[in-house]
Amino acid sequence: MRLKPVFIVASALVAAFLVATPAPAQKQGGTLRIYHRDNLPSASIHEEATISTVMPFMSVFNNLVVYDQGKKLNTPETIVPDLAESWAWDASRTRLSFKLRQGVKWHDGKPFTSKDVQCTWHKLIGKDPDDFRKNPRAIWWHNLKEVTLKGDHEATFNLNRPQPAFLSLFASGYTPVYPCHVSTQAMRTNPIGTGPFKFAEFKRGESVKFVRNPDYWKKGRPFVDAIEWKVIENRSTRILAFVAGEFDLTFVTDVSIPLLKDVTSQAPKAVCEVAPTYVSTNLIVNPAAPPFNDARIRKAMALALDRKAYIEILSGGKADISAAMLPPPEGVWGMPPEFMRTLPGYAADIGKSRAEARKIMQGLGYSEAKPLKVKVSTRNIAIYRDPAVILIDQLKQIFIAGELEVIDTSIWHAKVTRKEFAIGLNLTGIGVDDPDVNFYENYSCGSERNLTQYCNKEVDALILRQSQEADAAKRKTLVWEIERKLVEDLARPIVMSDRSATCWQPQLKGFVLHHNSIYNNWRFEDVWLDK
Amino acid sequence: MGAYLVRRSFLMVLTLFGMSVLIFVMLRLVPGNITDIIFDSAGFVNEKQKKKIEQQLGLDKPIVTQYANWIAGLAKGDLGYAYVSEKPAIDEILPRIPVTAKLAVLALVFSVLFGVPLGVISAVRQNTALDYCLRVVSLSGLSLPSFWLGLLILMAFVQWFGWIPIYQSDPGSLWKEIALLSIPAAAVGFRSSALLMRLTRSSMLEVLRQDYIRTARAKGASDQVVNYDHGLRNAMLPVVTIIGVEAAFLIGGLIVTETVFNIPGVARFLVEAIRWRDYPIVQNLVMFIAIVVVVVNFLVDMTYAMLDPRIRYES
Repeated sequence: MRLKPVFIVASALVAAFLVATPAPAQKQGGTLRIYHRDNLPSASIHEEATISTVMPFMSVFNNLVVYDQGKKLNTPETIVPDLAESWAWDASRTRLSFKLRQGVKWHDGKPFTSKDVQCTWHKLIGKDPDDFRKNPRAIWWHNLKEVTLKGDHEATFNLNRPQPAFLSLFASGYTPVYPCHVSTQAMRTNPIGTGPFKFAEFKRGESVKFVRNPDYWKKGRPFVDAIEWKVIENRSTRILAFVAGEFDLTFVTDVSIPLLKDVTSQAPKAVCEVAPTYVSTNLIVNPAAPPFNDARIRKAMALALDRKAYIEILSGGKADISAAMLPPPEGVWGMPPEFMRTLPGYAADIGKSRAEARKIMQGLGYSEAKPLKVKVSTRNIAIYRDPAVILIDQLKQIFIAGELEVIDTSIWHAKVTRKEFAIGLNLTGIGVDDPDVNFYENYSCGSERNLTQYCNKEVDALILRQSQEADAAKRKTLVWEIERKLVEDLARPIVMSDRSATCWQPQLKGFVLHHNSIYNNWRFEDVWLDK
Repeated sequence: MGAYLVRRSFLMVLTLFGMSVLIFVMLRLVPGNITDIIFDSAGFVNEKQKKKIEQQLGLDKPIVTQYANWIAGLAKGDLGYAYVSEKPAIDEILPRIPVTAKLAVLALVFSVLFGVPLGVISAVRQNTALDYCLRVVSLSGLSLPSFWLGLLILMAFVQWFGWIPIYQSDPGSLWKEIALLSIPAAAVGFRSSALLMRLTRSSMLEVLRQDYIRTARAKGASDQVVNYDHGLRNAMLPVVTIIGVEAAFLIGGLIVTETVFNIPGVARFLVEAIRWRDYPIVQNLVMFIAIVVVVVNFLVDMTYAMLDPRIRYES
């Protein structure tokens, strides 16, 4: 009892000390060491749709605006200026003007001007003769008519119709500004940017090196002298190397939930954060391939999905049940769980759903003795194969006898595009947590990345409506309505939205992992090494 | 000997020609091509753009023309452009050859240094505790996959020394580089040394039962002279053959070891290039490996004559 006041005073002193202690000053220097999980397809962010390119190369570039690198969630409110100092919509909400930063230089010494902005987006909408070899996000800019300039430091984006979320598209790591004077071919091998780090060397299958840009327009940044990425394709080797302290940071989401236990026990000082990957595991059905042109069979399949079982088996219960958008708390636009449970096939009572599915199948003439035989195609990668095996097991419950067909990873997209599949198990990553990105890319009529070529004019009209809606609350209601429609139409049934861990050593400071996109926080200008 | 050399040279050229046709055709029989793979990282395939890339890479030309272009380029020392990195293929291949060569030589040295003497000891001490022990070691060497052994080694280093012996592009000195390479070399050479050990043992046992060995013993020659001068030299013929074959097989073993120890050598690069259908890289690398194998076999044949003067190639 007598100790109590002493304890309180001591606690207060400790608390006061902690509050009064200033944050440690950032240290300059050192090399940030990160491992890369595979060989990079190219250095050109605009031509790729993979984190393998964005994560290392985002630090070479700047965007017009960017998601705040220090905030965990990407929302319209966390968009901050980058090469654009300010921006403004006109009264019609179809012209977005950016005032550009002056005195910025490309890594080769040439000045950055509004022409570079125009060039980049004219390449993206196919208006520049030196267009991109591949343009995976062309659909993002479908509403862009042209970019007009007012002098060297102002660029205006002219849209066909109002699109309040248009600004969000500029904030992603996928949207850097490219230099006009460098060819698209050169950007694939020897990229030039305005960013905090200059590209130094790219040894295929071995390493990628970047050095500090001493002329970076943001004074005092970056803190580290260099970033060295080492490609280690063997997962066991790279995890062991991280444990041994060879690297400061793992590749994003590379530490799966089962591996996380090993890492935290062998490297107890490492900081590991589990976050959504915003990569969904989904079922793709070719509606043109009989008998899957019958909506009743597609419905039965959706009813057979036991999402909880997938999550338990594949992620130890950590992944999320989701519809098209990432669910809360990390997802800004996803449905809350109580709403999601009302979607067809999302009910908690899987036994009841499956009974309904069996009834549908029996009505179509299938039974345990006479099952529907089908090939379940998937890519020959473990993260695809494992859920495909579970899918086959679950489909067996409703008289569908699936046979696994693993497709060589190199020709997976070619086969899907040519519709050479009946049922497939696919993974889809989303660059920006915004419905415009997800819906237009994956569910709108005619989109190249709409793998099943699902097309519903009614849904397209709803997608357009939500895209034009400026009121966030009203837009959310529309988004949920679209999600419901997509589920009812079995457009691309989402099995789960995965979660995985990213780890870093305690000496890496100033690093903030984003929680609703893996593509947008790799500028590395604020990180420093406390060594 | 001269006629033999001419005959062997002709056969070498013929083999290499066969290899070039085989690899060229087989690569094109595998489903998917580089354009599919280039698009794979974009998550979709645009058929129009795909055709444009095929044109740029010359893949729209008839297969015979493509083959003729490749061979004509080879004759001029031009290996073409790597499709993925868009760099000259030679710039991609050349820096990787010394890495794999060092590893392969070290692995071979390891397997010969351990395999042959231990095989001799095992034969000379037949049916002793030492022999049994060595046989168990050799069996484990043959049955333990090199990737598994490699991972065990890495885990042991991390656990006990807090350090991981994976490749470093700038190890500092030649000795450090050799030290770093000798660990994966031991992992890959362990299997070869086990094979050599077993072969040397059985070959030695057969030779030691020969009449001339008994005669040598009857003449009072020491064990050392009998075992090593008379026995080992005659037992080495099949061993030398296997060393030659193993040198070629090592490339296969190195693919796994280079992956586990993250060594940027030719073997791993070849697998990567096959996965990407990077034809110029695959074709030229396979040809390079074919040349190495053919030359090693030729050298093995030459070594026969040195080891056993009774072998005369003119016959």
